Amino acid sequence: MNKQLFLSLLAALMLSGWVIACKTNDPAAQATTGPFTLQLDNVVGNEDLVLKTGRYTNSSGEEFRVTTLNYYLSNFRFKQANGAEYVVPQDSSYFLVKESDKASQLITFPNVPMGSYTAVTFTIGVDSVRSVSDIGKRKGVLDPAGSATAANDMYWEWNSGYIFLKFEGTSPVAPVDATGQNTFQYHIGFFGGLVTKTLNNLKTVTLSLGQQPAVVAENNSPQVTIKADVQAIFGQSTKLSIAQHPAVMVDPYSATIASNYSQLFRYDQTRQLNHN
Amino acid sequence: MRTLQPIALWVSLGLFGLAVACQSGPSTDNVSPTAPNTTIPGSSTGITYQSTPLNFTKPANFPDPVYDLAKNPLTAEGVDLGRMLFYDVTLSSNGLISCAFCHIQGSAFSHTDHPLSHGVGDKNGPRNVPAVQNVAWDNHFFWDGGIKDLDLLPIAPIENPVEMGERMPNVLARLQNSNKYPALFLAAFGSKEITSERFLKALSQFMITMVSANTKYDHYVRKEAGGDMTAQELQGLTLFKQNCATCHAGELFTDQNFRNNGLGVNPNVVPEDLGRYQVTLNEADKRKFRVPSLRNVARTQPYMHDGRFSTLEQVIKHYATGVVDNPSLDPLLKKNGQVGIPLSTQDQEAIIAFLYTLTDFSYVNDPRFGPIR
Ligand code: HEC
Ligand code: HEC
Repeated sequence: MNKQLFLSLLAALMLSGWVIACKTNDPAAQATTGPFTLQLDNVVGNEDLVLKTGRYTNSSGEEFRVTTLNYYLSNFRFKQANGAEYVVPQDSSYFLVKESDKASQLITFPNVPMGSYTAVTFTIGVDSVRSVSDIGKRKGVLDPAGSATAANDMYWEWNSGYIFLKFEGTSPVAPVDATGQNTFQYHIGFFGGLVTKTLNNLKTVTLSLGQQPAVVAENNSPQVTIKADVQAIFGQSTKLSIAQHPAVMVDPYSATIASNYSQLFRYDQTRQLNHN
Repeated sequence: MRTLQPIALWVSLGLFGLAVACQSGPSTDNVSPTAPNTTIPGSSTGITYQSTPLNFTKPANFPDPVYDLAKNPLTAEGVDLGRMLFYDVTLSSNGLISCAFCHIQGSAFSHTDHPLSHGVGDKNGPRNVPAVQNVAWDNHFFWDGGIKDLDLLPIAPIENPVEMGERMPNVLARLQNSNKYPALFLAAFGSKEITSERFLKALSQFMITMVSANTKYDHYVRKEAGGDMTAQELQGLTLFKQNCATCHAGELFTDQNFRNNGLGVNPNVVPEDLGRYQVTLNEADKRKFRVPSLRNVARTQPYMHDGRFSTLEQVIKHYATGVVDNPSLDPLLKKNGQVGIPLSTQDQEAIIAFLYTLTDFSYVNDPRFGPIR
């Protein structure tokens, strides 16, 4: 490529960058994308999840209450009926959902190309590339040293890695801890290692978005509710018993729990929101 | 040149338009890593703050460093800031423990008072404090290699309840509200904003400069003045090459691998420290630990991950007669069915004499690595 061609291409790129970046400031420009919202709703079977006070029974018949439920979701992609796929830009594709933080349960992708979407795919956890990336690439919810809303509680600092899912609670069958409470803790991580291969508890989930596609249109955007059912962590075919495994963190048994929580999510409903 | 000019003009116009038109948009990435030239954000005059780039020179007998300096270019201001932080007790919850509290210069930034690490509220950690030296060459950190990236390391001691017992967000807030730090971050990174990235990279910058390569042994291999080894030291070097250098390999005296050198289970450590296994969960890694560098080893007692030996004599005796056979034992320590390394008393003394040539007196006294006064 000669220099002149290269430079004019560069200039064109610059200008188009300008146009795209400032689209929202320019009412005359034709919009080609719109927002797509996911509402995460944590539940226990058919009941809503209520921290601390809600009482539930798991697949092993053990009574439990939940004090913490946090998980990372990342690497979102949306699939259209015609097969086209929208991959959310990598740097904007990491979310930390906390039951204790309502705002974190609503995830909005602002620039989804207009179209009819039939499926969403995402990873539970933080992919291996980002799990080892430079601290400069770990902003927001990925900042292991950041504010309380960031990764601070979701990171193993002595074995560098994110905790993909943290699920804690109390149960009469759990052992008594230092504070006199019967507590259980599940902190599940492990991204497969960088040089040395380790356990890989990353799970990729694809959910079909129901009978009708979720439509991103000029004046219309979808809000899809996804339910996360805590009972899935306890599992059906392989049952996690609190009495037998009251605390699982850096432990080979974490693979069983991860395999259970790969079934955590199910599509619930789509609402089309009109915005005029 | 003639064709280039109008295009360059267009490009800059485009950029200018972008900058002007999008000013209200959220700027998500304004914490670019240490560019030596940084315009102070928000200053209408556009003054450029000039930090002073620092060259990293590797010792002639060392391999290339592992740390990627391109992602964190050294500057005089960045290194000074890192040094200030390394010696600052306000990084801990009780305001008493700095990094240097455990990593003491006279012992090559290890700790000799306690066999195991000793932190806030006189709590003991489970492991012996290793030296901090030549970290730019390390593939892994900690006895089990749980940390691979130096930039992420300081979070561990700061947040460890038995070390500095503090939360990182509190540390960053405290620094941001202090009288001295915002100006130091401005000098090092171009703005007063104190982010995790800047905090961690400043500490890395200081530690990267902590290079120890001025021992008698180094002078000997580099054929410099001060490198005259005695006959016993040379005999020790030969024995070391024969018996120890597969694991304590190269000029860093470590192959950076995880191995079991036949230490028996320590009954005083409960639960048992399973070493590398705790990081990989691979059965084969049980009771394996990172082969430590032996630079400055005469200064870093006690020895081994649990500090079980207090003298080099005990260490050599261990290799000669104390190696405990176990499923993880490194094959190098069980040649021809014989456990351990056969060494006469004379051999043992020679090896110890050689290990003493690995002390870097300039490193343990260098004022550049001491507290800022
Ligand atoms: C309470 C004592 C203590 C404090 C305070 C402390 N460290 Fe350490 N440091 C240790 C121990 C113990 C290890 C080994 C940990 C392990 O292997 O699990 C270590 C390991 C290290 C290593 C890796 C050395 C190697 O070869 O593996 C570095 C680098 C380091 N510390 C830097 C720091 C910095 C920077 C600070 C301050 C932010 C700090 N330390 C604070 C005790 C301490
Ligand atoms: C099979 C590999 C291997 C061989 C051979 C070996 N070492 Fe080691 N060495 C290690 C490992 C691994 C450790 C750390 C063990 C631990 O803490 O659990 C270690 C620790 C040490 C330490 C303690 C360092 C410190 O900072 O605590 C010294 C000193 C030492 N070795 C000297 C020697 C000498 C001298 C020889 C030869 C006679 C030798 N080693 C042979 C693997 C080896």
